[in-house]
Amino acid sequence: MDASQDQFAIRVRDLVVGFGRQTVLDHLSLDVRRGEILGLVGASGGGKSVLMRTIIGLIPRRGGTIEVMGQPTGGHGRGAATIWGILFQQGALFSSLTVRQNIQFPLRENLVLSQELMDEIAIAKLEMVGLRAQDADKYPSELSGGMTKRVALARALALDPPILFLDEPTSGLDPIAAGDFDALIKTLQKTLGLTVFMVTHDLASLTTVCDRVAALADGKIVAIGPMRELLQSEHPWVRAYFHGKRSQMLQHEMR
Amino acid sequence: MNHEPLLLATPSGDVLNLRPEGPWTAANVVTLETLSRSVGTDVDRSRAVTLDMSGVSALDTLGAWVLEKLSRRAASSGRSAEFVGVADHFSGLLEEVRQVNLHTPAPAAVPNPVLARLGDLGKSTVGAREDITIFLQMLGALFMAIIGVLRRPRSLRLTSLVYQLYRIGWQAIPIVALITFLIGAIIAQQGFFHFRRFGAESYTVDMVGILVLRELGVLIVAIMVAGRSGSAYTAELGSMKMREEIDALSTMGLDPVDVLILPRVAALIIALPILTFIGSIAALYGGGLVAQFYGDMGPAIYIARLHEAISVTHFEVGILKAPFMALVIGIVACSEGLRVKGSAESLGRQTTTSVVKSIFLVIVLDGLFAVFFASIGM
Repeated sequence: MDASQDQFAIRVRDLVVGFGRQTVLDHLSLDVRRGEILGLVGASGGGKSVLMRTIIGLIPRRGGTIEVMGQPTGGHGRGAATIWGILFQQGALFSSLTVRQNIQFPLRENLVLSQELMDEIAIAKLEMVGLRAQDADKYPSELSGGMTKRVALARALALDPPILFLDEPTSGLDPIAAGDFDALIKTLQKTLGLTVFMVTHDLASLTTVCDRVAALADGKIVAIGPMRELLQSEHPWVRAYFHGKRSQMLQHEMR
Repeated sequence: MNHEPLLLATPSGDVLNLRPEGPWTAANVVTLETLSRSVGTDVDRSRAVTLDMSGVSALDTLGAWVLEKLSRRAASSGRSAEFVGVADHFSGLLEEVRQVNLHTPAPAAVPNPVLARLGDLGKSTVGAREDITIFLQMLGALFMAIIGVLRRPRSLRLTSLVYQLYRIGWQAIPIVALITFLIGAIIAQQGFFHFRRFGAESYTVDMVGILVLRELGVLIVAIMVAGRSGSAYTAELGSMKMREEIDALSTMGLDPVDVLILPRVAALIIALPILTFIGSIAALYGGGLVAQFYGDMGPAIYIARLHEAISVTHFEVGILKAPFMALVIGIVACSEGLRVKGSAESLGRQTTTSVVKSIFLVIVLDGLFAVFFASIGM
């Protein structure tokens, strides 16, 4: 393994993605370092989720290469759950399985282990994301929004994958729950040594948990770096994003 | 780097030294479980256990938990267990794992099988009563909606009604005609085949005519509509319920019965008699074709026999039943749709229930009508 492979969890080169005559991502390049939390911001409908879904392999690409953990991606066969865990925006829990079965699903499909150990691991994950063992036998429809996200996170982490994708993890949560969730992601990232790729609009998350922030505009990454640097950026869209009225108000109050 | 995890156990006096080595990760779970089981009795026998973590090359939650479980097993009943030589980047994870699974919830009590049976019986009795209540509630709500429409005819959702008519009426015509055509042909063939032995072939036409017009036409069409359109209604309303669209309607001050259910049920009530008519004609046509090619009976004779055998009463008996069957199918389909809970499984279950229940009720209703028409001499 050479140094560059070791350093980057995800490398995207010249990625082109489009639907019909519309080009959403236009020769986009992005590197995600190992062990960092990268936040991705961009206009609504600007291709943030498209980029994430293309890296995961849910959307076909027209050109470019994507390497994940040094391996070029091409279709996602069995065992994808050991490479990455994905937290979808709505949780995407299997509605006909209980919380416990949802968390056990990746374990059951990828490993051979005793039911006892599987139950213990499921409860362990559940408690690591801040839920109680009593919640294990509930069905997804009985969970609140915040709990759904936590269970989805527990399921994403079931196999301790090195990379975690989060699609707007704090949207729809109240500020306290969102703050807790950010702290949780930070803790888990530290304890499990995860690389986290996070699509978010939440300025608080960007400032508090993200090591670096990438700004996506016009189908390209126009700025990338720690939050401080992005605030200094001269790109008009990035300026508008971080220095708009709403952002100013928030940043002012944070000071 | 080791590629297989190991667990070296070296007893020194009362103390057991456990030295896990290699990658303790989920990928090696089979080995890990075997290893931890193999030292289990040694752990129970020794007074103190130390876990020397310096040889571990990789650790994840699963591996950490297996080790933590060993240490807990050793630490139970007042003995001691400790981790030594923990690398910095593993300490956080071990600390985290130490906090979990502390309170094992009591396993659910195994119920007495006899009591469980009795409980199920009770539940299904209550459930049956609930089914009837829901049916009657839906019937009542529909009548209220109809009264509302009669009072203010403009409140009828005409676009929706026409669209539903197109979907469940017009689009259903080809398949309904095909199936009833085949049924008519099969009945005629069976009639000719068996009646031929008694030389009573000509009565086949009577049988086909009466059977199709009175019973089979409407029954087959109703069953097909229940399977085709009833299931669609249940699935549509169910997924709307799941995605809170019905709640959204209610909060805008609109009654879901007016907006969604009345147009659907009304479309069924209008379409089913029409489909029954088309189906009956197709069945008679199928019977006629079989008569010509299998029973050596020309069209002219077939029609003449038909003219003698059937009266408009037979046709009325069949067609009168259709709107009532449509009402039953519509009410069952819509109320089952509204009973869908959050999960995809519940949507499937309710759709199945809807089809099974409406076919059952259609047949029961047909039986009741048979008794009724017999007693009034139709």
